[in-house]
Amino acid sequence: MNRSVATPWLLVAPGALLFTGLVLVPLVLTVVLSFLAYDHTTGIQDEWTVAHYVHVLTDGYYLAIFWRTLRLAALTTLICALIGAPEAYILSRMGKPWRSIFLLVIIGPLLVSVVVRAFGWSMLLGSTGLVNAALQAIGLGPVRLLYTETAIVIALVHVMLPFMVIPVWTALQKLDPMVEAAAWTLGASRFTALRRVVMPQVAMGLLSGSLIVFGLSASAFAIPGLLGGRRLKMAATLVYDEYMHELNWPLGAAIAILVLVANLVIMLAYNRAVEARARRTLG
Amino acid sequence: MQKNGPIALLFHALVVGFVLAPLVVICLVAFTPENTLTMPTTEFSLRWFRAVFEHPDFVTAFGNSLWLATIAASLSVAIAVPAGLAIDRYRFPGRDALNGLFLSPLIIPHLVLGVAFLRLFALIGATGSFLWLTLSHVIIVTPYVLRLVLAALSGLDRSAEQAALTLGASRFTVFRRVTVPMILPGISGGWLIAFINSFDELTMSIFVTSPATVTLPVRMYMYATESIDPMMAAVSALMIALTAVAMVVLDRVFGLDKILVGEK
Repeated sequence: MNRSVATPWLLVAPGALLFTGLVLVPLVLTVVLSFLAYDHTTGIQDEWTVAHYVHVLTDGYYLAIFWRTLRLAALTTLICALIGAPEAYILSRMGKPWRSIFLLVIIGPLLVSVVVRAFGWSMLLGSTGLVNAALQAIGLGPVRLLYTETAIVIALVHVMLPFMVIPVWTALQKLDPMVEAAAWTLGASRFTALRRVVMPQVAMGLLSGSLIVFGLSASAFAIPGLLGGRRLKMAATLVYDEYMHELNWPLGAAIAILVLVANLVIMLAYNRAVEARARRTLG
Repeated sequence: MQKNGPIALLFHALVVGFVLAPLVVICLVAFTPENTLTMPTTEFSLRWFRAVFEHPDFVTAFGNSLWLATIAASLSVAIAVPAGLAIDRYRFPGRDALNGLFLSPLIIPHLVLGVAFLRLFALIGATGSFLWLTLSHVIIVTPYVLRLVLAALSGLDRSAEQAALTLGASRFTVFRRVTVPMILPGISGGWLIAFINSFDELTMSIFVTSPATVTLPVRMYMYATESIDPMMAAVSALMIALTAVAMVVLDRVFGLDKILVGEK
């Protein structure tokens, strides 16, 4: 092989080796593990079985947790869209210094550890926290918030909001503000201009933001772990318990593989939607 | 440019309040003189910050995280720069597949990567190894570095490289003296994003750390599930302060919106 043909291979070799050894191999091992029988006294067996998948997909306990995971992730996505899209729009219409300052305020918390943010919410939502104090002051409290689904959704929205604002913001940057002004000049109401001119531009950003938010929420670990308590589990905390407390690795692996497959299916569906949309706009 | 109306500004104020509320509360409670998670009302105290530094668990975990993030970010740069060059400049069989493989950790939930690494490490007897923990972090942060390196390379004007080649520089010299300086913003921005992502990573790490290699986020998560006292607030406040410093540096040097939003 001459030198110029070998060059790209030499350049990617370290990465290719590492990623094969530490992405492909462990994933295959985990798929294999999820089909291995498990015994509570002797551990992982050498026999093949689909029992874990059957168990997880038929037992009401697991189904309830999957249903909660999907429901809370969908709710988080919806709320993030309802808050994030208008916020990105407002940001894009701000003047020079404020725009970048507030963009930093909104997306900066991305860099703060999720544990820290979850802990902040557990203080705010606790029985003596600020939220309950405020509710009591207006005669509505005390309300039990911590260790409820409400607490999980509030904190998830807080953590996921930047992932919705960023793509919508990026989409809006491509929109010339004069186009909206032109729609007004041509007699469109503010609402019509928003619906017919701004919304189509925002739609793609919303779609990709929703995808990220849903995927990350459905596999979130720290938020349900710290704000849901031991009782309110989601998929990720369930897998952790199976591995660390029940020590039933094959069952945990089966759940993890289901999470991965669900994630990939949603990604593919999204790509289909994008392609269909691109075809429509191209005619 | 149209102005935002009063309703829009009120909405904006509520969103900003929502975003900042938990961070502000942490920073206030960290200064409480009490034994419980209460707001300091009459006096501020540094006792819980002192407690953090006298608590060896947190200090060790912080040291682990610092080393881990530094090494993982550096290794990922060492992998992503050559890989980025190959992907940007050459057409070779398997190029798209490799590019997909390098970016795949972005779409695989960290939970799944965590259990996958745990299984591998258990089989090869590498549980509790700092080296293998570091490599697992390299996997997680390399996609971020590669994306920034690829973006920097695609915006590069190749004429300077060609001039250097014509003037007799070797290919390695061109790489070292021309290419690297020109994509340095992408490389250093990628290193910082990799460092921060590695430093903050919890979901994958919690499966593969041992008591000896425990990282700060894992230690904090464990601590928060077992006991809740203002020490947790003090550690969190320190993390927020560190992040704020990193953010200001990132913003001054590169423009944070460029790195996070990915505009060119």
